[in-house]
Amino acid sequence: MMYFARWKALAVVGVCLFGMLLCVPNVLPRSVLPDWARQINLGLDLRGGSYLLLEVDTSAMVRERLESLVDSVRRGTASANPRILYTGLSANQEQRRITLRVSDAGRAADVARLLREAAIAVPAGAGATQPDIEVTTSPDGTVTAVLTEVALRAKASGAVEQSLEIVRRRIDETGVAEALIARQGQNRILVQLPGVEDPARIKDLLGRTARMTFHLVDETANLQAPTPPAGTMFLPGDRGQERYAVRRRVEVDGANLTDARAGQDGRTGEWVVNFAFDSVGTRRFAEITRQNVGRPFAIVLDDRVITAPVIREPITGGRGQISGSFDVRGANDLSVLLRAGALPAPLTVVEERTVGPELGADAIRAGLLSLAAGTLFVFLYMGLAYGFFGWLANIALVANVIIMMGILSVIGATLTLPGIAGIVLTLGTALDANVLINERIREETKLGRSPINALEAGFSKASGTIMDSNLTNLIAMACLYAFGSGPVKGFAVTVAIGTVVQMYTATVVVRLLASIWYRRRRPQTLPV
Amino acid sequence: MFRLLSRPLFRIVPDNTRIRFMKGAVAGLIVSAILSSASVILAFYPGLERGIDFKGGIVMEVRTPGPADLPRLRSAVSAANVGDVGVQEFGSRDQLLIRLPVQGDEAGTQQAVNRVRGAIEEASPGTRVLRVEAVGNRVSAELFRGGLIALGLSFLAMLLYIWFRFEWQFAVAGVATLLLDTTKCIGIMVVTGIEFNLTTVAAILTIIGFNANDKVVVFDRMRENLRKYKTMPLRDLVDLSINETLNRTLGTSVTLLLTALPLALFGGDTLSGFAWLMIAGIIVGTSSSTFIAAPIVLFTGAKTLRRDTPAVPQAAAP
Repeated sequence: MMYFARWKALAVVGVCLFGMLLCVPNVLPRSVLPDWARQINLGLDLRGGSYLLLEVDTSAMVRERLESLVDSVRRGTASANPRILYTGLSANQEQRRITLRVSDAGRAADVARLLREAAIAVPAGAGATQPDIEVTTSPDGTVTAVLTEVALRAKASGAVEQSLEIVRRRIDETGVAEALIARQGQNRILVQLPGVEDPARIKDLLGRTARMTFHLVDETANLQAPTPPAGTMFLPGDRGQERYAVRRRVEVDGANLTDARAGQDGRTGEWVVNFAFDSVGTRRFAEITRQNVGRPFAIVLDDRVITAPVIREPITGGRGQISGSFDVRGANDLSVLLRAGALPAPLTVVEERTVGPELGADAIRAGLLSLAAGTLFVFLYMGLAYGFFGWLANIALVANVIIMMGILSVIGATLTLPGIAGIVLTLGTALDANVLINERIREETKLGRSPINALEAGFSKASGTIMDSNLTNLIAMACLYAFGSGPVKGFAVTVAIGTVVQMYTATVVVRLLASIWYRRRRPQTLPV
Repeated sequence: MFRLLSRPLFRIVPDNTRIRFMKGAVAGLIVSAILSSASVILAFYPGLERGIDFKGGIVMEVRTPGPADLPRLRSAVSAANVGDVGVQEFGSRDQLLIRLPVQGDEAGTQQAVNRVRGAIEEASPGTRVLRVEAVGNRVSAELFRGGLIALGLSFLAMLLYIWFRFEWQFAVAGVATLLLDTTKCIGIMVVTGIEFNLTTVAAILTIIGFNANDKVVVFDRMRENLRKYKTMPLRDLVDLSINETLNRTLGTSVTLLLTALPLALFGGDTLSGFAWLMIAGIIVGTSSSTFIAAPIVLFTGAKTLRRDTPAVPQAAAP
């Protein structure tokens, strides 16, 4: 136990030196480092910044899907020959279903078939697909279509996938450096924005779906009517007061845009957004404008009419301009949104944590102060209470902290304030192993063993206990990591790494130091 | 100097103590049971102060240019119509903590933050918002559930682990003691007003890990002594084991206390609740290893652990 082969001794020293090497990048500025060098990242609570948790609003997706089902029933029954008559066609968003009662119960099956045809296949796990709705008919002619749970999950999941990319593009456009955008769970997106003190603008940008569509205006509709005529919808204007009757049919979709830039109109000096279509969009746009010269044309963004200009001449170049009394910021934001693309569903902020840089700096100072004070206290305690072996333990403790930092750097861990607390506490728990060993050596010496035997027995008998006691710590931290979130995970990570490292340093490193000392000095008694 | 430092300068307790801890076994168990029951009652009435993580709502920390005019700011924020607002000083005269309840839905939360921002800016120009935390209802419910699962799971894991490594008497004793320790920590939180949030869950889990470790060391020694002294009565054996490990138990507790103390003193407002709770937990856990865990082993193991009962021969074997 107390004898170390030369290569083993060198390996132990090597591990410590390697740990030190891994720490080096942390004290150098990032600019001089090669790409592969890793540093410990500071968490948002230390460097300041904003953490947002966004959730895909599935209710809007359900509403949209039910509306489209209602639409297909309307169209299908109207075009059937002979026409299918029904009553009470309605969508219930809470129960995710649409119901209708077919007047001639014998034709309920036809309606059910219509609905089944309108179903969309969604993945149901293991490569299989299934329809997104379940259609049932009852003898009295009632037909019900329910959006399944599986379909809802699949839709939410798909929406998150799509949204991730769009969120990333929108944030990139705002120029925030080092933003982290990641999926979290079934229907959430986590956004970390280092250095952002007031995320209002970003929340605003992310909170809009930015679906832009071009519609014809229904000039014959009576705007005072309580319900719009079939095929038309009433939409509010951008500033809220006006009301427009807009045809439901989407003539051109914003998805066909290739570019959008804010600019100033040459004549009026007004802020506008200039956009360009791709080839499909250009063709569609040219066609529509040619057929409808002299009639108003509505540009709709998120169910609000931004502007409804009259088409003066056919626009064939695929370029256009939106002027809707924007200010600089409004024009810029809209162009960012249009360039980045539309979100498949609205996103809501369900959790926000923003820390200003002042508070972050305070936290770093507090963490470092505690670390320094904690180190000093335990150093003195170990040294004074255990003498020589206590000082050896202190050397191992330094090695422990260095290797721990090295590992944290290599895995690119994020250091949070609770994480610093974890490092500080690790100083305390790390010494537990040495306390155990030292007490054991002392006991064995008291029993009259020779120094070498006492050392042997101390290290070997304590090792089982050390293993047991550290595993309990690791179990607790695993539970915390699995179910905690945010900065607290950082705590679990530092404590767990610290615990594993100290099992090595407290036993192997101290044993090596003790064995070197023993062979040099050949003491008759142990200083215990 | 070197010579002086190379030898231990002090011992927390002298060697070869022969304290009859088990004389206090019954008293210890009773006191512990009373304290824990009281804690459980306190946890429901008046109840734990749940932090924003677990309750949802909005917390804003702001710094005013000069000493804050509390009544003025309070009325300004109340006028923003965001529900039951709490405004209090936080750390220093110019730093305030504003608490708002959960706002109906998630979108309302964002509006409320903006309204409060505006109200403060108007009442006290130049005030800077240092921190905003807004947690919606669903997220807080999830975090709360996650926290409780983590706590429950850690108990289960400890039970299985100690059971796997020792006899079942030890596992029962260990986990029963951990439960008693944890309930006391919760009682302490209620009394001192430390918030129940993710950070304090981390503290409680650390305490559980540490306390389990503490128990394991004492159990380990008991097991060793069970093999070593085959005829010693269990009561004496438990006492002997505790005495033998007393210096280690206290030594480790002291090193941990020495690291938790700086966190409590200098760690700032985020960590101080965490650290004070740790300190309380360490003290509770250290005493419970002696006065709770050991007596439970003594009482549950009185018939089975000592091999003078033929029914379970070699119960102490691994």
